[in-house]
Amino acid sequence: MTGATSDTRRREVVRQSWSVGIATGAYGISFGALAVAAGLTVWQAQALSALMFTGGSQFAFVGIVGSGGLAAAPAAIATAAMLGVRNGLYALQTSRLLAVRGHRRVAAAHLTIDESTAVSVAQAEPTLGRVGFWHTGIAVFVLWNAATLAGALVGNALGDPRRYGLDAAASAAFCALLWPRLTTPQARLTAGIAIVIALGISPSVAAGIPVLAASLAAVGVGVISARSARSARDGAGREDRPTEDAP
Amino acid sequence: MTMWGAVLIGCAACFVLKAAGYVVPARWLEGRVVSRVTTLLPVALLAALVAVQSFTTDGRLVLDARLAAVVVAVVLLSLRANFVVVVLAAAVVAAALRAVGWVA
Repeated sequence: MTGATSDTRRREVVRQSWSVGIATGAYGISFGALAVAAGLTVWQAQALSALMFTGGSQFAFVGIVGSGGLAAAPAAIATAAMLGVRNGLYALQTSRLLAVRGHRRVAAAHLTIDESTAVSVAQAEPTLGRVGFWHTGIAVFVLWNAATLAGALVGNALGDPRRYGLDAAASAAFCALLWPRLTTPQARLTAGIAIVIALGISPSVAAGIPVLAASLAAVGVGVISARSARSARDGAGREDRPTEDAP
Repeated sequence: MTMWGAVLIGCAACFVLKAAGYVVPARWLEGRVVSRVTTLLPVALLAALVAVQSFTTDGRLVLDARLAAVVVAVVLLSLRANFVVVVLAAAVVAAALRAVGWVA
């Protein structure tokens, strides 16, 4: 490969990284607005975007304290953490690719999210993967935080969140985060059981608990489908089939 | 616990999980059951969040403008609309239904 082609490809990866950053940053506006609608201050919303920096967990945290207040804070923390588990799994892949130490490792860990991982693992060469990781991570971080501030200030100025449909916007945001994950029958079954658990126990338990309890749907379906995949494989005496739901 | 305390503990927990992937050996998490459960965990939590956020108020089951907004969101998602369009459309539908007084 000549230096010129390498430069062109590098520029393409950088461009891709920043377009992902812009697209993701845009919905930081809805996060900021929903966070203040849920009762957080502008600076608390900003702290979540700067320090938690993982969209699904942030939306879940403000959704739960929004409905249950401070009493639901432990459940909000637990749910945010469970949604953050996948970043740790992404990190298993990106740590091999990046091979960083010291303060760069801390920065890499903080920037390990859906978008930086997706752009980085999509590249054909490790060098380009590293470029994709850092550019996407930094682009999303900068734009997500700027958009959160804008959204929080706008949300503060609006007043009653229900009048502007912000409560419904939160529902739609969770739908949009969930949608791309419903690609397998197991995922759809898990979602169905989770909804039944959450709505079923909601009238009789404290706010935040229904969502935490719904995690049992993932454990149940995960364990049963792993077992049945194993027994189907053993029964047919075949090689390990590729799982259709690899992350 | 204060709200600031909850925010900072949540942030710390999420950072520790990210950092763990750079520190623990990959083979600890490579089991078939563990990988299935961790793939399905966000699905269960997000589905429950949709349900609770859309159909309950203070723990009671309630059907209101949010139902229409969720239907619109699902239709737009099935047409591959982007995140911002989906969220804005849902907000507009709920706000409009409330403004004309058809539903709460």
